[in-house]
Amino acid sequence: MSEELHRIRLSVNGVTREVELPARRLLSDALRHDLGLTGTHVGCEHGVCGACTVLVDGQPVRACLMFAVSAVDTEITTVEGLTREDGSLGPVQQAFAECHGLQCGFCTPGFLTTVTACLRENPHPSHDEAREMVAGNLCRCTGYQNIVKAVERAAELADPQHPDGQRPVGQQPDAPVEVQR
Amino acid sequence: MKPAPFAYHRPTTLAEALETLAGESYAKVLAGGQSLVPLLSMRIAAPHALVDITAIPGLDTIEVSEAGVRVGALVRHADLLAHPDVRRVQPLVPEALAHVAHATIRNRGTTVGSIVHADAAAEMPVVLSLLGGSVEAASTGGTRTIPAEELFLGPMESALRPDEIATSAFFPALPAGAGVAFEEISRRQGDYALAGVAAVVHGESVRAGFVSVSDVPTVVDLTGVPDDELGEAALAHLDPAEDIHATAGYRAQLVRTLVRRVVTKAREAAA
Repeated sequence: MSEELHRIRLSVNGVTREVELPARRLLSDALRHDLGLTGTHVGCEHGVCGACTVLVDGQPVRACLMFAVSAVDTEITTVEGLTREDGSLGPVQQAFAECHGLQCGFCTPGFLTTVTACLRENPHPSHDEAREMVAGNLCRCTGYQNIVKAVERAAELADPQHPDGQRPVGQQPDAPVEVQR
Repeated sequence: MKPAPFAYHRPTTLAEALETLAGESYAKVLAGGQSLVPLLSMRIAAPHALVDITAIPGLDTIEVSEAGVRVGALVRHADLLAHPDVRRVQPLVPEALAHVAHATIRNRGTTVGSIVHADAAAEMPVVLSLLGGSVEAASTGGTRTIPAEELFLGPMESALRPDEIATSAFFPALPAGAGVAFEEISRRQGDYALAGVAAVVHGESVRAGFVSVSDVPTVVDLTGVPDDELGEAALAHLDPAEDIHATAGYRAQLVRTLVRRVVTKAREAAA
């Protein structure tokens, strides 16, 4: 007996693609298997670890707690959508690299999407707010201290008023962005 | 694990959703999915069909009046928490909502869905009970109002019939002069609480609702109980259980500490 397939359109990182999949296909699996976007990682598969977090209409959401068929009519952003148009790192990505906010990197895509959305809502978080931003994501390597530093650094990089501030993702820089090491 | 196969329906009107639900032998309603999808993925539940109600217009409204707050079936926890007027009419709703899982889960999970999931470890079912709220249920046969005291039948078992959709929940307004408070203790912020307490104090009346220390959402009337006996009076109606996170004795101790603290805070809020 073959399972019924649904032909749907998913809009991911600004590109709309048609896929045919069973209703039980989790959004996390659809992104990876059907669309080849393997940046979204699958950890616990029941909403605890946060590794699969993507942005749905700009809000962080667990991709493993959504069916792809329910994601029609939404705009999805994955970690692949956080880079600049020229392929260089976005502010949150660059901050994680600068601050050693990752070791094995498995959990990192979920942190990057979550922090990107949270900084959009709260561009200047206090230390406690920076900690709270990542409270829903598990990391087994770093001990979180450098992740919190990366959140605070990302806030600087995303702030055009800050000396190290970058332009928002989506705007081409006039001159190459200098990466601080 | 992955969910077992199911038929998927995405109706665009409530009438169509109710017809579809009535025609299925074993269907579940999908709104936010933050409780349902893990159950499916772990194959604790394997319904034959899902009726996804997220494409039905009109179910995502929050109505705030002097009588209380009516929350539509598609209102996400995050939207209710961010609503500017809810706190004024019923402050216990946002105070408890801030403890519901993590922000990422609140972005997708619905308050009505959490209520009818009827988990005694969740905040909003017991808040609805404590406030004497109700749920509006619709079926092809019509609609009915289920008072909170008749809603929770057993562990994760609500009085909602299989052919019914909970279309809204109603949280009554806080009367003038009454005060509320909510606190819970969890291992990590955003985790399920080891124990949680909500309280409403109004004049002499003291009532408290308890999270994670009973099988069903439980409200205890503590009117007239001296402060140093609040814990034991509450525990007479509760059944803290042991699991990998805490012993039963530790949960009981949390109840003793929290109930006193929360009742005190609610009194201060009432003053």
